Amino acid sequence: MGAGRLGAPMERHWGVAATSASSGREPAPGGADGRRREPLRRRANSASAPAVGASASAEGVRRDRPGSYSGATSASRQRVESLRKKRPHVQEVWELWDHSASWQCRGMSWIFEELLLALTSLSFLFPLRLPMLKSFFPWFGLDIGGTLVKLVYFEPKDITAEEEEEEVESLKSIRKYLTSNVAYGSTGIRDVHLELKDLTLCGRKGNLHFIRFPTHDMPAFIQMGRDKNFSSLHTVFCATGGGAYKFEQDFLTIGDLQLCKLDELDCLIKGILYIDSVGFNGRSQCYYFENPADSEKCQKLPFDLRNPYPLLLVNIGSGVSILAVYSKDNYKRVTGTSLGGGTFFGLCCLLTGCTTFEEALEMASRGDSTKVDKLVRDIYGGDYERFGLPGWAVASSFGNMMSKEKREAVSKEDLARATLITITNNIGSIARMCALNENINQVVFVGNFLRINTIAMRLLAYALDYWSKGQLKALFSEHEGYFGAVGALLELLKIP
Amino acid sequence: MAECGASGSGSSGDSLDKSITLPPDEIFRNLENAKRFAIDIGGSLTKLAYYSTVQHKVAKVRSFDHSDKKFDELLHLASRGQHANVDTLVQDIYGGAHQTLGLSGNLIASSFGKSATADTEFSKEDLAKSLLHMISNDIGQLACLYAKLHCLDRVYFGGFFIRGHPVTMRTITYSINFFSKGEVQALFLRHEGYLGAIGAFLKGAEQDNPNQYSWEENYAGSSGLMSSSPELCPTQRARSGAFDLLEMDRLERPLVNLPLLLDPSSYVPDTVDLTDDALARKYWLTCFEEALDGVVKRAVASQPGSVDAAERAEKFRQKYWNKLQTLRHQPFAYGALTVRSLLDTREHCLNEFNFPDPYSKVKQKDNGVALKCFQRVIHSLDALGWEERQLALVKGLLAGNVFDWGAKAVSDVLESDPQFGFEEAKRKLQERPWLVDSYSKWLQRLKGPPHKCALIFADNSGVDVILGVFPFVRELLSRGTEVILACNSGPALNDVTYSESLIVAERIAAMDPVVRAALREGRLLLVQTGSSSPCLDLSRLDEGLAVLVRERGADLVVIEGMGRAVHTNYHAALRCESLKLAVIKNSWLAERLGGRLFSVIFKYEVPAE
Repeated sequence: MGAGRLGAPMERHWGVAATSASSGREPAPGGADGRRREPLRRRANSASAPAVGASASAEGVRRDRPGSYSGATSASRQRVESLRKKRPHVQEVWELWDHSASWQCRGMSWIFEELLLALTSLSFLFPLRLPMLKSFFPWFGLDIGGTLVKLVYFEPKDITAEEEEEEVESLKSIRKYLTSNVAYGSTGIRDVHLELKDLTLCGRKGNLHFIRFPTHDMPAFIQMGRDKNFSSLHTVFCATGGGAYKFEQDFLTIGDLQLCKLDELDCLIKGILYIDSVGFNGRSQCYYFENPADSEKCQKLPFDLRNPYPLLLVNIGSGVSILAVYSKDNYKRVTGTSLGGGTFFGLCCLLTGCTTFEEALEMASRGDSTKVDKLVRDIYGGDYERFGLPGWAVASSFGNMMSKEKREAVSKEDLARATLITITNNIGSIARMCALNENINQVVFVGNFLRINTIAMRLLAYALDYWSKGQLKALFSEHEGYFGAVGALLELLKIP
Repeated sequence: MAECGASGSGSSGDSLDKSITLPPDEIFRNLENAKRFAIDIGGSLTKLAYYSTVQHKVAKVRSFDHSDKKFDELLHLASRGQHANVDTLVQDIYGGAHQTLGLSGNLIASSFGKSATADTEFSKEDLAKSLLHMISNDIGQLACLYAKLHCLDRVYFGGFFIRGHPVTMRTITYSINFFSKGEVQALFLRHEGYLGAIGAFLKGAEQDNPNQYSWEENYAGSSGLMSSSPELCPTQRARSGAFDLLEMDRLERPLVNLPLLLDPSSYVPDTVDLTDDALARKYWLTCFEEALDGVVKRAVASQPGSVDAAERAEKFRQKYWNKLQTLRHQPFAYGALTVRSLLDTREHCLNEFNFPDPYSKVKQKDNGVALKCFQRVIHSLDALGWEERQLALVKGLLAGNVFDWGAKAVSDVLESDPQFGFEEAKRKLQERPWLVDSYSKWLQRLKGPPHKCALIFADNSGVDVILGVFPFVRELLSRGTEVILACNSGPALNDVTYSESLIVAERIAAMDPVVRAALREGRLLLVQTGSSSPCLDLSRLDEGLAVLVRERGADLVVIEGMGRAVHTNYHAALRCESLKLAVIKNSWLAERLGGRLFSVIFKYEVPAE
């Protein structure tokens, strides 16, 4: 999976949307890069050039966030006036400005611009309530994890004709590109089924889209940002996850984009609480399994997380973090384990030669872990009754693989299944111990390990219920892996 | 998990479908004589413990299993690997920024995380290391969670996974420290894999004679912890074969706690842990090495009629020397290393080569000489005023204690100058104030009401017990205090044994009416400690002694001698008054304690109300 794979085809999509006139002539991806970059960059530059068309450049300036007022330095009072006419909520702020500060600075309108920009930058640090800030599209939230990048994008559906008219081309093209495709490049995917429709965010109505791609394609993503001149529209990306730190410098030097780095656990909690509050297009966001062990009677049922606290939140990404959440802003990280989704997938790759998570899960669904694992009954011939250990319980994960004959008798599918069961059981038992230690009985499992992973979810549900004798409830959430990204988006919009 | 008395080829689990082929090893040949054995059929290994009445010892052995060798290979492989090539570390996700976050970049974020994202081939070594880390960390974490849930701060790890491998133990320890933030301690056991088999054996043995005896490890027969690292000592591992040995002596009497221990669960007999204290360890190992010649000489001399005494003594020298060398390289090879364990190992090795009591003749002679002086000593004591007498008694106790063949400084003098007398010893003693001196407090106490009953642990034969302890006992008896005099069950150095103490008491009784009356009236009782060590473990004492202590309501414990009051029990907390006396007959130790050779320890303690 070369880092270029995502970038190159994405180029083409962007190209189609952004340069509609030339799209028909766009050659195959790859070789055309250099050529295409030229007109794009020129236009991008022109957007921030003070001499060019008032409305377009004003848009460019207005959308600027801290760190990039290179394009804003020479904006004029005139442009601001014109803006005021077009955007009523911007006016509020400007009226405020008129009352408070304008008398000092009349005739030095460019300083106004500077000050305003400085203020907007501060809004990241202090919750300044400037409604206008919230309208700087595009609205992204980014979560750069160890394996996957999760991107949430808010698509405004209440764009007025006027707005549409003044929307810069590149912004429009992003919107169209993201919303009209379900796959980006060979590895980027939009989870259409997760889309949240008719959401109201900061007074704007629209749809929330959920997109993911592998973290190793991050360089291509940044390169694309540079090529498309993201910096001209929206210079601060709210990003969380370890990658927000790791790629910060690349974003800045290659993409001219400043990342607003956010703590991943803060974002996770914000995200999950918010998403749970808006539901899932009229359905419940949170669910649990009834009869998880019985494949016929097993039912996925909605769960009302009305009283969420205290809550044990188990986030299973590449690794696992376990948080005890006591209120909206009181939580602690109880522990974590390095045996997570990355371990499952990594071991599966080694053991079965599979190349994708989907493939690993598909194999696991067809395998039988009891051929691989040594069960209590394999050692005892039945239950170990005295300590309540049923014969079916796993005594030693992969324990049968010590024997040559048994090794020869197992399939790759069996190994995949055993890996899945091993990792899941381990997470389940650590989560159970944490729940007991913290005295919490609701355990919410999230993270992309659980994506399309019913086996793991049902096993977690069953194991938690069985070993806690019904005391603990395993809960799951539809948008399992996206909460960090949602949290980052909320931070951008300063939604508490 | 264990069956008792199952045959070696029997099996209940279907996973063990082959009969066990016993390798042609001497250890298994003993099995033919075995009266009883226990077998633990585990998931991957079968462990065996047996008891052979011929030797009165228990040996436990491990069966051969081909998967076993592979396991060692795997660990060997792991010790050469780099897990960071396979695992996703925090720094892989956070880049260089982990420092600013206060995270250690070397933490594993996702085990085997890299094996999913790269097309590279991974080396077996790296994969094995990563796997080892993953499993060890996970075990450590789960153990911590359970420890926390049950409010425990120590975790003992057993089972064959550990196998004495330092990589495994280190990773588990690291994991425990990490997850518990240092609050939980990881502890390992020398015979970690055999606990089930040993337990099954003991359980079976109990069915015959419940609580009729105790077991004690025999350091001479037991194997130490296997080599510390496969790279360091591959030959050691190969030579010692594939079995461990735990030899236990069956003591024909049950051992229990001294009822007067303040907190039996926290009582540790040993004063210094030589595993921790490298300086002291170095000194004591050298000290025991240097003393070895003298011990060998003494052993040969003790059996003048024996033709092979010299040969056996030489074998003893080799064995003990080797043990000392093992301990130099691996101080924890036999568990916590202490002066006591070094002394006990020497006694066990002497026994092994049939030198059960090298000092028997010396002790007899010393006793004879001392008994002759007894009446004279008593007369001069009786001539003193009360206060002078108390000090003279204590000085006598201390002076007697100088007569100790266990201490090299003294045995040299005794060898070269047999006329070294009691008075000479008194002159050698440090003048007051002593190194540790609570004599005034003790004197003050003696002015008060008499103790109800004193328990006295005697040390050496000869001058010590006859001219030091008995006059002191006599004084206590005259005050109306009952006395329990406890002596070792078996011989150790020149320490007085229970049987010897009976003879001595009889001889004294013949001379002294006070002792005679007390013996007759049961106010002076002689008991055995249950031990054959020059040191004293108050948590393993003869049950008869414990019963007596309880019955008589002992309210004073007197512990005498370096081995019992300094190397062990110096910090022992009791529920009653205690007197710990010793003369430091070792210049290094004296210096370490801030004194000189023949410094005096007089530690009188009264428990806090």
